Amino acid sequence: MAMIKIVTHIKLEEAYSYLSCPEAGAINLFIGTVRNNAHGKKVEKLVFEAYEPMALKEMEKLAVLAQQRWHISKLLMLHVVGDKAVGEPVVAIGIASAHRQEAFEATRFLIDELKKTVPIWKKEFYQDGSSWVNAHP
Amino acid sequence: MTIKLFGITREIVGASHIPVPDNQPLKTVADLKTWLYMEYPSLKQLKSIAVAVDQSYAEDHEVLGAAAEVALIPPVSGG
Repeated sequence: MAMIKIVTHIKLEEAYSYLSCPEAGAINLFIGTVRNNAHGKKVEKLVFEAYEPMALKEMEKLAVLAQQRWHISKLLMLHVVGDKAVGEPVVAIGIASAHRQEAFEATRFLIDELKKTVPIWKKEFYQDGSSWVNAHP
Repeated sequence: MTIKLFGITREIVGASHIPVPDNQPLKTVADLKTWLYMEYPSLKQLKSIAVAVDQSYAEDHEVLGAAAEVALIPPVSGG
């Protein structure tokens, strides 16, 4: 089972309650948040943009790969779009599995691969300007 | 054909779509990229640009054919 969504706000209680299941002895929930600094500058907010239908397809491909590689009871991938302030959650990756090892490994795989292939972009806003992350050489 | 734009490519071009004139014979993804870099040289400043055809990453040699949806994918930075 998998829950894969692009949302405007991540509700952590909902993520946790989706992942809860009787056969799982481990739930690993990774939350990526807005950090208040980047490249030595103070970050005031991030804005996320997604090519939503393709982003969902790419996330679903990663979920299938993870489900083939590890024995997973439940898998959750949520990513936000829109304006996000410092401290807010922007991505949630959750795995429920029988034991912790596969939950840790699958979570790590999904967040690492999401950052490489899923068409979502973030723009950092500073006191004196803004820039799209990772866009330039 | 129109090409969807996101993130920094949308800002560079100043629009969310690029219309491709009908007289441009763009057969493959590589042809499309060559035409784009000619029309919008400032796209060359980006680290990379991938092309998605019908919501999947497409290699340079792939034929655009009757693609329903084409999009430019600048370097992703989700998470």
